Amino acid sequence: MESNHLIELVNVTKEYSGEKALDNINLYIRNGEFLTLLGPSGCGKTTMLRIIAGFTMPTNGDVYLDGKRVNEVPPYKRRVNTVFQKYALFTHLNVFDNVAFGLKLKKVGKKEIQRRVESILELVNLKGYERRWIDQLSGGQQQRVAIARALVNDPEVLLLDEPLSALDKKLRKDMQVELKRMQQAVGITFVYVTHDQEEALTMSDTVVVMNEGKIQQIGTPQDIYNEPKNKFVAQFIGESNIIDGVMLQDYLVSFKGSAYQCVDTGFEPNEPVDVVIRPEDVDIVPLGSAPLTGVITDVVFMGVHYAITVNCNEFSLMVHTTDYVPVGEHVSVQILPDAIHVMKKPKTLDESEAIEATQEMKAIEEGMDAEEQ
Amino acid sequence: MKRSVFATPYIVWMIMFIVIPMLFILYSAFIKDGQFTLEYVRQAMESPKYMNVLLRSIVIALISTALCLLIGYPVAYILSNMKKSTAAILSMFFILPMWMNFLLRTYAWQVVLADNGVLNMLLTSLGFPKGEFMYTQGAVLLVTVYNFLPFMILPIYTVLSKIDRSHIEAAHDLGANSIKTFFKVVLPLSVPGIISGITMVFIPAITTFAISRLIGGKNVALYGDLIEEKIVSSGSLGLGSVLSIILLVLVIISIFVMHRMEVEQGNEEGGTLW
Ligand SMILES: Nc1ncnc2c1ncn2[C@@H]1O[C@H](COP(=O)(O)OP(=O)(O)OP(=O)(O)O)[C@@H](O)[C@H]1O
Ligand SMILES: [Mg+2]
Repeated sequence: MESNHLIELVNVTKEYSGEKALDNINLYIRNGEFLTLLGPSGCGKTTMLRIIAGFTMPTNGDVYLDGKRVNEVPPYKRRVNTVFQKYALFTHLNVFDNVAFGLKLKKVGKKEIQRRVESILELVNLKGYERRWIDQLSGGQQQRVAIARALVNDPEVLLLDEPLSALDKKLRKDMQVELKRMQQAVGITFVYVTHDQEEALTMSDTVVVMNEGKIQQIGTPQDIYNEPKNKFVAQFIGESNIIDGVMLQDYLVSFKGSAYQCVDTGFEPNEPVDVVIRPEDVDIVPLGSAPLTGVITDVVFMGVHYAITVNCNEFSLMVHTTDYVPVGEHVSVQILPDAIHVMKKPKTLDESEAIEATQEMKAIEEGMDAEEQ
Repeated sequence: MKRSVFATPYIVWMIMFIVIPMLFILYSAFIKDGQFTLEYVRQAMESPKYMNVLLRSIVIALISTALCLLIGYPVAYILSNMKKSTAAILSMFFILPMWMNFLLRTYAWQVVLADNGVLNMLLTSLGFPKGEFMYTQGAVLLVTVYNFLPFMILPIYTVLSKIDRSHIEAAHDLGANSIKTFFKVVLPLSVPGIISGITMVFIPAITTFAISRLIGGKNVALYGDLIEEKIVSSGSLGLGSVLSIILLVLVIISIFVMHRMEVEQGNEEGGTLW
């Protein structure tokens, strides 16, 4: 076990009456890292945090904190603080006493408590709210008290369960920047849960994409976005065109009747694959300047760009571009080799599980390499 | 038709059974031979005998409330930590006696505590000497606590089982062990239940006369007995009325104090009655 692995989950499975909320999770989290768990509702994100915090015991597997196995260590003995999804603020205490709760338990001096609570409240933009009762705060204000209450303790690890979900866009952006800044300044390890992919991509050092209790992919935001490991990740992160195809040979994939140059290798000859093409990676060019042609069937203005649907005889392609093209126009679509991402098709259940397990291990190693470079 | 029409039966009921009797009591307390008088008040206040009984009533009510709290809180706490189904079955054991008439329950204790009663039979069969239980302060306390304990347990249980588990987890998360979590989170959050439990035990305990009559006899007469004796036996309606008013004022003061405590708690919700 490496020394900079602050948290490590080894073969962790959690079952609720037979249903697997977490299925054989292997994951380590490095000291000082900003790691995000990203996945749809019910995929096991909160369960994973609760296992790290110690509120839930894994059905199988081990949890290590600082290299020590902590399966049986109660939450109050772990140097981990949590920002709960449902805030869990103390309704019998005012804002100040909520935030001071942990410090008082640690017998920090009165003056010091006063100083630290005030500065953290200033940080979360709640200066002057010290004497308010919790039920006199808005949802977003409560959420910020919850962040302050956890952060004020200078934890080794901060677990945040969708901590910004109740905030409006502007405040959310501000808090994202603020949290990231604090995390870097203080060097706390963040384990951050969200189902907002944009938030995950902009804030994290490492993103863990989960679905149905399983890790789908671990990697840097760039890895996850540019090299999705499977169809689920590609669909969940950003918008994608996903097309059935066949890998003819290394660097050559065929879909919808044509062959395209690509950058992928390592498939069986003629192996069926999923081809992912990001809408912003393709370009609409004048008719005749590229082999693939089609008719514009739909144009939606999205603010920065247009979302354009091109009907290319056998399939529709979504294209994001800043240039306006009218509906009905005949155009060519340019797909360059590095716009094409080829992914293995999920196999039958047992097989695909085995593949995922090896993918996970690979992903872990790759994540490590990426970090070391 | 106005909605307030539906309140009419209630208002009639209030007037007939609360307002009129109260006026009647006020009348007999302060009017003698058609003249306003403070003579009964003077009698009630000056006699050390009445004051002693009042004091004893307050002390017994306080002690039995404290005992109910001491026994009831842990019971409620344990119940609230059980599985809902188990807790429901167990709490039946506390609720079941409440379905039986209060007087019958008290009579049953007579049978247990009497000189040749169940308790003494048990003691002698185990080789212990017989004891005298009836007509002692201890017996009155015992039966009072027995009768009113459910009124302490239920409101506390209700409040405790409504406490969100996430509060407890948050306390653990911030470094509080189970004992600290109890005193810093669970106990403060359950104060509304404690307050309504205290109110629901203290008020019937201070006004009771059946328990003291049946279990305490002449030795442990309480204020309620005194009122009953004055009005029913010795026919001094005026004095009896004044004594009732004193007791009523006491009850109103204690309700007021409890209410203040709850407001200061800053927590308007909870299982309170008011
Ligand atoms: N205490 C529990 N008892 C039974 N099932 C549970 C329990 N907690 C979670 N689950 C189940 O485990 C699965 C994962 O739940 P979890 O709360 O971890 O999801 P999540 O990823 O945090 O979702 P969300 O984004 O909606 O918060 C869900 O199917 C949920 O129903
Ligand atoms: Mg969740």
